Amino acid sequence: MLDLHGYGGLLFEGAKLTIYVGVSSMIIAVFLGLFAALCKISKSRILRFLAETYTTIIRGVPELVLILLVYYGAPTLLQDILAFFGKDVYISINPFSAGVATIGFIYGAFATEVFRGAYIAVPKGQIEAAKACGMNGILTFRRITLPQMWRFALPGLGNVWMVLIKATALISVIQLPELMRNADIAARATRKPFTCFFAASLFYLAITIVSNLFQQWAEIRANRGVRRA
Amino acid sequence: MDFQIIIESIPRLLDGTLVTLQITALSILLGFCLAIPLALMRVSKNRLISVPTYGFIFYFRGTPLLVQIFLIYYGSGQFQEFLSQVSLWNFFKEAYFCAVLALTLNTAAYSAEIFRGGIEGVPYGEIEAAKACGMSGALLYRRIVLPKAIRIAWPAYTNEIVFLLQASSLVSIITLMDITGVARVISARSFAFYELFLFVALIYLILVYGLLFICKRIEKRLTGYLNFQH
Repeated sequence: MLDLHGYGGLLFEGAKLTIYVGVSSMIIAVFLGLFAALCKISKSRILRFLAETYTTIIRGVPELVLILLVYYGAPTLLQDILAFFGKDVYISINPFSAGVATIGFIYGAFATEVFRGAYIAVPKGQIEAAKACGMNGILTFRRITLPQMWRFALPGLGNVWMVLIKATALISVIQLPELMRNADIAARATRKPFTCFFAASLFYLAITIVSNLFQQWAEIRANRGVRRA
Repeated sequence: MDFQIIIESIPRLLDGTLVTLQITALSILLGFCLAIPLALMRVSKNRLISVPTYGFIFYFRGTPLLVQIFLIYYGSGQFQEFLSQVSLWNFFKEAYFCAVLALTLNTAAYSAEIFRGGIEGVPYGEIEAAKACGMSGALLYRRIVLPKAIRIAWPAYTNEIVFLLQASSLVSIITLMDITGVARVISARSFAFYELFLFVALIYLILVYGLLFICKRIEKRLTGYLNFQH
């Protein structure tokens, strides 16, 4: 059906890297989101302000601008700062780290909102009960709040993942040989841009479908303790 | 930090801002006009209509916007002969047309799902009441279902508008001179990367939160009767 002139393997390699980039960024996003959500609900004003600023700024700036800012801007900024102190060095970031760090950092902001909502959804009575049993803050969080937060957070995290995996296509702009970049290479070599990009889009669709199935399975598993009418 | 370069490039960045706003506004407008029929087709009881519509929505929501832009802009080249014959090639060779087309189709797919949620959220009692008053078909949809559905869907649609404004930065990849495009060209020449991209980020922040402010005002207008205080 789709004649890729032997470039199917290249696309497949790209798809593997796309998933690798996606999973790595998602791990960063989840930890960052959890941490920032804790900051948002903490009693400390400074932490709340910092977390609020983080989510407000990240959600207001396009991913592409942030990726370009990190990949091209961060090294020159560091060089300028070091030059100010009289040190002349050359810094560069590899596309993989820049991409994963930026995508993780961006979707950490979206995960923050998901986790904050999930934390609020855990009934207050349970936290009081944990306190009454003599658990301290960290222990309550680890034993009572966190395990239940996952259940409320899963649908939201699933959405974050779906948007994140599509956003990884932007890293092709900084030449990381993921799916989109490899499709571009194949398109130039075969002079069949439509075929190549369409094939790439089918890879993305496949990832979306598999993620959907996984999300359904995870939600059923997370809710197995809930009684339904 | 080199402030000089920012000040010098402000006029060009403002031109870019205009391009960004123009592309966003065009795509939102055209996308909205497509999204309403799509949403209605999506909830149609006729499977011959609803299944292909769902396929379109699924494809455009399941693949990255960048792929869609490339498919239309570079992909159309593969069909140059055919497109010339039906005299459409003059459109497809323009990056501006391809960008607006891709963004329109993309936002139409996302908005159709949002409006479908709105249509399904219309209370059945209202539809029943309308039917009791003798309304049916197009009149029922025009007077009762769609106004209510748009009110329900508005907050989610607001998010979609903001996402589209941000997504429009991708058109810089196919050589268009929007805000991001201008910043990329100037920074590549002057090496003032972080100065320019930080400034561009600031412009986007102002645009996004300005747009959100306007959308909130519209939301208040649309649902004003619900928040009436005695």
